[in-house]
Amino acid sequence: MWIDTLFFYFFALLTLGGGILTVTRKNAVHSAISLIISLVGVAGLFLLQHAEFLFAVQIVLYVGGIMVLFLYVIMLVNLDEAARVRQFNKQWWLALGCVLAIGGEIVYVIHRGAANFRFAAPGAMAASKLGNTEQIGESLFSTYLLPFELASVLLLAAVVGSVMMAKKKVN
Amino acid sequence: MHPITTVHYLVLSAALLAIGTIGVLTRRNIVIVLMSIELILNAVNINLVAFSRHFQSVEGQVFAIFVITVAVAEAAVGLGILIALFRNRETLQADEIELLKW
Repeated sequence: MWIDTLFFYFFALLTLGGGILTVTRKNAVHSAISLIISLVGVAGLFLLQHAEFLFAVQIVLYVGGIMVLFLYVIMLVNLDEAARVRQFNKQWWLALGCVLAIGGEIVYVIHRGAANFRFAAPGAMAASKLGNTEQIGESLFSTYLLPFELASVLLLAAVVGSVMMAKKKVN
Repeated sequence: MHPITTVHYLVLSAALLAIGTIGVLTRRNIVIVLMSIELILNAVNINLVAFSRHFQSVEGQVFAIFVITVAVAEAAVGLGILIALFRNRETLQADEIELLKW
């Protein structure tokens, strides 16, 4: 069991460290690389919780898809100048308020200890012999069929929208 | 060492959410603001998967897939807008884009 604990803290370190570097780095390429580290950490956390399908989706889609898109855009726009100017705006008080609220909650949870929190009892799991991917597929194509189809409409709109936004004016 | 419970994942997710919020609110570079939004959506996904594990139900993971779908659409459209913006205004600083401000 202790190896689970070890891996949890390792991936948590990866996730939070990558996140902090993403937010603080001056160079946008360094930020993107740190975000990749953070996303790999999140993928590891999915694997620790036996969400194998989401682990694969996270690696293929986020690290392989979205981050390549980000790096392409960083290449297209000129960020050399942007790295030399002031990096933070004057909204630090707003950010401080949000972070103090969340930090207060975290301190409260740590102060009370993880064992003192009770959630609703887990529902009786029908002992399914199916694997994680089969379960997700079955749920996605039966109970959540309509949202699944709507997601494809959303993706179509995103494709058309991003092409329209990024193309050059022809006349 | 204590075993890892759902609460551990919730604390981690809250911390990641806080980091993403700092990024969205304080950075001037729009590319990094978009990356911070990805951090926030990942914090939500950690939460969903943790509860999916806790309740032994696969629904949370299905929701996480929908969240990822929306994140992809948001990143694609956001980066498209960013390219159009850079072509027209030659700037990527969020507080220099103030056409609608008064």
